[in-house]
Amino acid sequence: MDFLNAIVLLLNYLFVPALSYGSQLALGAIFVSLIYGILRFAYFTAGDLMSFGTMFTILFTWYFQSLGINLGFLPTALLAIPFGITVTILYVLVKDKLVFSYYRSQKSPPVMLAMVSIGTMFVTQAIVRIIIGPFDRRFFDGEKFLLKANEFKEMTGLNEGLTIKSTQVITLVVTIIVVSILFWFLNKTKTGKSMRAYSDNEDLALLSGIDPKKVVMITWVIAAILATIGGALYGLDKSFKPFTYFNNMLPIFAAAIVGGIGNPFGAFLGGYVIAFSEILLTYAYKKFFVYLLPESLEPDGLLQLLSTDYKFAVSFSILVIVLLFRPSGIFKGKVL
Amino acid sequence: MRKNLDIISAYSIMLGLIILVGFLQSWSMALSILCLCLISAVMTMGANIQWGYAGLINFGIMGYTALGGLAAVLVSVPPVREAWQVGGFSMILCAFLIAFMVFSIRFIIKKYSQSKKRSYGIVAIIIVGLILLRLISAPAIESIESVSPATTGFLGGMGLPILFSWIIGAFFAGSLAYIIGKIALGLRADYLAIATLLISEIVISVIKHEDWLARGVKNVIGLKRPVPYEVDLQTKEWFINLVQKFNQGALNLITDTLERQELLKQLVIESSTVFVKLCFAGLFTVVVIILLIITQKALYSPWGRMMRAIRDNEEAANAMGKNVVKQHLLIFVLGSAIVGIAGAMMVTYDGLFTPGSYRPMRYTFLIWVMVIVGGSGNNFGAILGGFAVWFLWVEAAPIALFLINFFTSGLEETNAFRVHLVNSIPYFRFLMMGVGLLLIMRYRPKGILPEKIKHI
Repeated sequence: MDFLNAIVLLLNYLFVPALSYGSQLALGAIFVSLIYGILRFAYFTAGDLMSFGTMFTILFTWYFQSLGINLGFLPTALLAIPFGITVTILYVLVKDKLVFSYYRSQKSPPVMLAMVSIGTMFVTQAIVRIIIGPFDRRFFDGEKFLLKANEFKEMTGLNEGLTIKSTQVITLVVTIIVVSILFWFLNKTKTGKSMRAYSDNEDLALLSGIDPKKVVMITWVIAAILATIGGALYGLDKSFKPFTYFNNMLPIFAAAIVGGIGNPFGAFLGGYVIAFSEILLTYAYKKFFVYLLPESLEPDGLLQLLSTDYKFAVSFSILVIVLLFRPSGIFKGKVL
Repeated sequence: MRKNLDIISAYSIMLGLIILVGFLQSWSMALSILCLCLISAVMTMGANIQWGYAGLINFGIMGYTALGGLAAVLVSVPPVREAWQVGGFSMILCAFLIAFMVFSIRFIIKKYSQSKKRSYGIVAIIIVGLILLRLISAPAIESIESVSPATTGFLGGMGLPILFSWIIGAFFAGSLAYIIGKIALGLRADYLAIATLLISEIVISVIKHEDWLARGVKNVIGLKRPVPYEVDLQTKEWFINLVQKFNQGALNLITDTLERQELLKQLVIESSTVFVKLCFAGLFTVVVIILLIITQKALYSPWGRMMRAIRDNEEAANAMGKNVVKQHLLIFVLGSAIVGIAGAMMVTYDGLFTPGSYRPMRYTFLIWVMVIVGGSGNNFGAILGGFAVWFLWVEAAPIALFLINFFTSGLEETNAFRVHLVNSIPYFRFLMMGVGLLLIMRYRPKGILPEKIKHI
């Protein structure tokens, strides 16, 4: 019984939150990695693009709510996401046309493009803050919990409860659907294959008649879709605040690099690596061991490896370690 | 004279703008803009040395700035004797333990060739060391932080004049840069940018959460100043006389003695803040000029030519027998040290250290906008960039207000759209920075004052 309690405890406080946080990071990391692989620069607007997409999702959610449209026990935001995606796609394509295409035609070095993306980061941040303001916003409606702690306790008769928020399930389901469609697209369709070919060897891809404009456009479209979905899921699960989204850029980059930048599948797993290590290293294991060990061996301290203040620092330290020993990432991305 | 015309005209426009602020808003405002412009100029020079001379991207500027600020605290605050008594010994022991760990790992790496055994040995040393550190430091930290937590709760500093911290800050930042450089300098450019950005976040989170070091987010306030305090000035005889002399005309107009006294008192209070800021501005100008002379000399020395050669073609420079790795590390450390000076200067000017205020937007990306806008590789350009961008950053709100009022003048005062725009004025500065950066990168990619190379 104690053993089961310990397992449920870990599930509740470690596994479920890490899984949903990891999915949100993974979606971001995949598009950063794709942009790095195909457009060949570090896209510093990542976090702010996510907040841009989320902002429009929120605006459409409000609009639908004012019309009285809702999805019953599901959050209305799910209905608004496609509209948010449409606006974000338009925004990135306009941005590409106005800003990035010039530097591509000039064959500027990647550093230059990264600097330009800092310029667009400032602009995107300004747009988001001017339209919706810098405040914390919650836009979740519908059923909050799928499984409440005391329901679980009654069901199983255990001491420890297991809470599953509906947003966590939604995050996981949506992520699985989106990522499987994406990998099917990249691996099985002709356009996806041409994108991978372009990422592997630009000159060879151009020689074999791949249209670079189309590849670049599709990349931006995928980036906008993933950014909006990832951002909206994060906002549903926690809350929407432009500053947090900007900060999320850092673990997203860490995930992309840890997974091997330029390699979408690596980035996907990298998101979970970062999320799990952040939560595993900052969790206080005292209660867990209280269940497992006999009374005489019970620990005194919290048994916390690092204080929760260092949550962000953990992911960055992992990044530094990976950079030191395996610069191309855990799952071999581009050699840098 | 003719060839420096662009520099002179750009700087006179900048100076004119600041003087204009003095006339339109207030002299105190103009001088505080000038002071922060000078500090930004130092930061930009540091970043420019790395980017303009050597082509290294350092997105960790925030981390070095914060370390400089930390130095200001550790130098100027008097030591907290009680805290040293309860926990000082353990903390010193920890420092020795860390040093011992580092040296033993270095020894093992040097002595034994690469093998599984060696890696396991190193890992074992690290794990045992970390557990020991935790065991020794945890009770010490707890007791240090419980020493009157409302005012101190940290070890305190050395109680020296705060000006020393400008050197110590450079030393701190330089040492951090040495470690980071050893780890990350082998990476490709944009990879280095991400790595340094993330490492600077680690530095900030350590400063924020290690309360025994500098009180963390509880902030350290009331740092000693290198210049006189306003309150002291207002009672000094010579200062009052000076103010009287300057405002003779205005004072003579008033015949009533009592009223004249009242006006004089007000003038003294106003001019005391101006005087203090003038003192700061003078100090900062000295630093900027010294750094400018040194960096100019370095740029046109054989060493500067070598750096440019490395920047423009690494392989060729390497083939000519220049040690690229070593020079990169050197310039990384030098540039970061200059940023460290700026960090210490900033905390000296503010008189307080607030780790929570270090954010990458303000301390890393804004500085990069300054470097790019000003002109990378040109020290005069870098300083100008620091001035122009900081000026715009501060004055963006009034400019935005003016523009909004101008363009929405057809709408009513209470129009929801207009009110919303006016409420979001602070965020227009981001828009201006972004658009400015994009325009400069597109139409003048070498900055306002581009790099000029003297050919001998």
